[in-house]
Amino acid sequence: MNTTNHASQWNTDADLVAALPVADEDAIRRLHARLVLAAEAEGILDVGYRTIDTPVGSLLLAATNQGLVRVAYAREDHDQVLTKLAERISPRILHAPARLDRFAREIEEYFAGARTLFDLPLDFRLSTGFRREVLTHLSEIGYGKTASYASVAQAVGNPRAVRAVGTACATNPLPVVVPCHRVVRSDGTMGGYAGGPEAKHTLLRLEAAA
Amino acid sequence: MSMKPFEQIVAEHGPTVLRVCRAVLGPHEAEDAWSETFLSAMRAYPELRPGSNIQAWLVTIAKRKAIDQRRALARSPLPVEELPEQPANDEPSVERDDELWSALDALPRKQREAVAYHHIAGLPYAQIAELLGNTESAARRAAADGIKTLRATYQGASR
Repeated sequence: MNTTNHASQWNTDADLVAALPVADEDAIRRLHARLVLAAEAEGILDVGYRTIDTPVGSLLLAATNQGLVRVAYAREDHDQVLTKLAERISPRILHAPARLDRFAREIEEYFAGARTLFDLPLDFRLSTGFRREVLTHLSEIGYGKTASYASVAQAVGNPRAVRAVGTACATNPLPVVVPCHRVVRSDGTMGGYAGGPEAKHTLLRLEAAA
Repeated sequence: MSMKPFEQIVAEHGPTVLRVCRAVLGPHEAEDAWSETFLSAMRAYPELRPGSNIQAWLVTIAKRKAIDQRRALARSPLPVEELPEQPANDEPSVERDDELWSALDALPRKQREAVAYHHIAGLPYAQIAELLGNTESAARRAAADGIKTLRATYQGASR
């Protein structure tokens, strides 16, 4: 909107208006917090999010009013993940740390080795059909244990769907909390992971040590 | 085309809209107007036509909220509290800026709004005319007259 074609007048006027103080950061921060509260109270905060620092890097946590809907690794590009959420769920998304408090706390406890089971409401809406079925089965693989893609396929009642189990794990919208990192190859090697092989290794090592 | 998360709208336009509210309403009502504006915008956001000019849309809402607020104030005039103004701010330019704000607050309403909508929000005069209920040339004149008065203050204070 800033044009250069009526430059001479614009420059001086812009100079003048630029002398009006910019909105200070404190005011904006205060107003943002107030907006989050009001939106939450009115039920129009469709997705709230925050990030937390963990041994596997910064994790984005996003929740609807039904529960945790997305956990994303930094390598997935948090901005892009939020844009996707806007598309698939709703663009009424705000940075709302308070909504994520309990999720952040349990995940932090997990990384501290103080929690082996998550007790959190989960919103599986980003996963459908067979993939969703696979994900709900993953929680049956206990902390510190692993299972092969083949055995998960068997557990879901579709022993030939080994590749589909791999896809379900790779597209898990709730990594860490829904433990797709506990699914490994039949030969004992790790297999792929949305957070990268190193993250998978870190999680397995953490659980083995506890 | 996909919609940006609303958080991004707040980050990109929040500061400008606050300045517009400040310019149009003065310091006391600006924050309430901002809050009402963004809450209302967030409510309607999913239905916003793709490709809309977001800043113009927000300013239009802010204008409506400002009218509501002025009406409410007129209905129940509150005793003016002696609030400490902006928290102490050590920016060197603060004195001059405050003078400029006061000069802006002292302008006739249409001038003040025309200056805010054009020079702070960057709206074209045709759109400002819609907001002010006048013509494009009247809007342009109002902004020019406002700026003239402001420049006198600005030059008086700092040059």
